[in-house]
Amino acid sequence: MISTTSSVSLAASIQDLHKTYYLKGETVHALRGVSFDVPMGDYVAIMGPSGSGKSTLLNLLGCLDKPDLDRGRLLLGNDDIGRMNDDQLAMIRASRIGFVFQSYNLIAQLTVLENIQVPLYYMGRLGRKERQRCRELAELVGLEHRLSHRPSQLSGGQQQRVAIARSLVNDPYFILADEATGNLDSVTTAEILKLFQRLNDEGRTIILVTHEDDVAQHAKRRVRLRDGQLHSDEQTQNRIIL
Amino acid sequence: MALWLRTWQLGVKSLLLHPMRSLLTVLGIFIGVASVIWLLAIGEGISIEAQKQIEGLGADNIIVRSVKPPSEATTEIRGPVPYGLTRAEYQILVDTIPTIKSALPIREVRRQFKRGPRLIDGRLVGTTPDYARILRMEIDQGRFITEADMQYNKNFCVLAAEVAEFLFPYENPIGRKIQLPEHEQFFQVVGVLKPRTATAAIGGSLDAQEFNKDIYIPITTLQKRIGDQITVRRSGSFEGEIVQLNQITLSVHDVGQVLQTAEIVQHTLAPRHKAYSDINVVVPLELLEQARTTRLMFIVFMGLIAAISLLVGGIGIMNIMLATVTERTREIGIRRALGARRQHIVSQFLVETIALSIVGALVGVVVGLACPFVMTQVRLGLEHYRPDLMESLPAVVRNVTPVIVPESIPLAFVISVLIGVVFGLYPAVRAAYMDPIEALRHE
Ligand SMILES: Nc1ncnc2c1ncn2[C@@H]1O[C@H](COP(=O)(O)OP(=O)(O)OP(=O)(O)O)[C@@H](O)[C@H]1O
Ligand SMILES: [Mg+2]
Repeated sequence: MISTTSSVSLAASIQDLHKTYYLKGETVHALRGVSFDVPMGDYVAIMGPSGSGKSTLLNLLGCLDKPDLDRGRLLLGNDDIGRMNDDQLAMIRASRIGFVFQSYNLIAQLTVLENIQVPLYYMGRLGRKERQRCRELAELVGLEHRLSHRPSQLSGGQQQRVAIARSLVNDPYFILADEATGNLDSVTTAEILKLFQRLNDEGRTIILVTHEDDVAQHAKRRVRLRDGQLHSDEQTQNRIIL
Repeated sequence: MALWLRTWQLGVKSLLLHPMRSLLTVLGIFIGVASVIWLLAIGEGISIEAQKQIEGLGADNIIVRSVKPPSEATTEIRGPVPYGLTRAEYQILVDTIPTIKSALPIREVRRQFKRGPRLIDGRLVGTTPDYARILRMEIDQGRFITEADMQYNKNFCVLAAEVAEFLFPYENPIGRKIQLPEHEQFFQVVGVLKPRTATAAIGGSLDAQEFNKDIYIPITTLQKRIGDQITVRRSGSFEGEIVQLNQITLSVHDVGQVLQTAEIVQHTLAPRHKAYSDINVVVPLELLEQARTTRLMFIVFMGLIAAISLLVGGIGIMNIMLATVTERTREIGIRRALGARRQHIVSQFLVETIALSIVGALVGVVVGLACPFVMTQVRLGLEHYRPDLMESLPAVVRNVTPVIVPESIPLAFVISVLIGVVFGLYPAVRAAYMDPIEALRHE
């Protein structure tokens, strides 16, 4: 907790984070004391072998789950996530977090535009201005001509771009992407990474989980986990700028 | 756009994804709602029908009738059998029971009436001037019989509408004479009555009264000119009977006194009719009670059907919603990740069940409103193909016209929405309490 960067505001502060799962008498220590800060505007790639706790960390950052309460804490802005109740966590998810999933996770019955609008609906803000913004976001990801299409009518890359537009709609603290390019070919992966980079250039914070060095190479910073602990945390050497 | 509107839009949309499934789900609710409306409509119909009949008989009346005893009971009597109420008993009732306001003696005989070449079978009714008032007869022309007619045993008569029409198709009957061929008597018409709807027989103790083929004469005249002994032709042979009065209609001052007075009448008359049962005391008010019981039984029966269908409908809804929730686990996870609170998920699924039950209610109401029409058709059909079956039904049921109770429609809606909420709550809550991470992983 050496907080020398107090002048830079933090998107998230991870302090000695633990997460233990209890399963039928068995306990799994998915995270065992992870600490690092994510300043606003950062672009972090989280890496590590399978089972090292990457998804667990991302779920905690995304307020989908709560960390162990007896040790460490997770701060988003000034909010201690461990102390929030279910409704408060939902509010935070709706208003401050953007998710991009490996399997896109669009809602099949809804159109592209409607999918982008979903978080606004749960924030309780779906006025004219917001609608217009949804169209602009669709334009940003290059899907302005596909607004009334269903997810099943789109390619994987297009679906992922809808998901990215959706993750931006609430103007989040950060975008969490768990293997966001895992299902895509190299060309489409490049497209998505380009989009991420552009968003980061515009000041958006991005936290990306990936197995692939090529993908991590686009981030500004690389965090490695091993056995639920921080293994390394370094700035990217020879970062690829698209 | 309001958020709740979005929720509804969404709910209806996902129901329309499986229109057939949704329709089948709704079946139980539909039957339940239709039966709620039907049971109330038919119950109301029975109520109104009973009320009408009681009114026809008079709620503050007690009717004592002479009943021909079964022939086994009278085998020892040779010749014409005397039975029934007597003029002396009439006098005793009037003199000894203070709660009786008025008493109407009636003697009635099936006879033929003749005018020129025209001959009609009808009922010759000997009575007193009070008759018209107590039975609410309305005069069309002329007058009813009077005290003076009684006193002088006048051969005057008053015709019911149908008799007048038949015997005098082209002329005004007032002042004309009709003939009783069986007694070689002539009666002068002094009045004609307006048509009157028949009172149906209730409870089997009182025959249906068809007033439209009656001819009324002073009871004194009947006694004098025709007498108590009547010969009737029955299956080839002649049978004689001696009857002084066929009926005494008593009215009391206050409806509250009816039952008590009826009891006293019963006690007064019983010792005089020990030999064989040849009188019958009918209390219209009791018939009202009977009608109430019939109605209650009916409502309980139909209510049971309604309750069972609604329960089945509710379980159907719950079943389908549980399946839907499982089917849409992934979607629930996505929505939760995107910021849906538990209450959002609950309302999303609850809206679907409520929409389902409203559709069920709508269809149910439409079918419910068709009740009077369907009942009429069924009755016509039964009358045509199974008249015997119709005969065996109680009169209140036979004649009932269902009357839609307006309140039954909102009631049916409220019930079905409640069903939707009650049976939709469990699946919805189950959806809302799923772990978002697990739900997201669901395939
Ligand atoms: N809900 C859970 N219940 C029990 N154990 C869990 C649960 N979720 C994760 N774990 C365990 O926690 C550890 C970390 O899992 P996690 O999903 O974070 O790994 P990961 O780094 O994302 O792996 P991968 O690269 O394969 O996605 C694993 O041992 C996993 O089995
Ligand atoms: Mg993972």
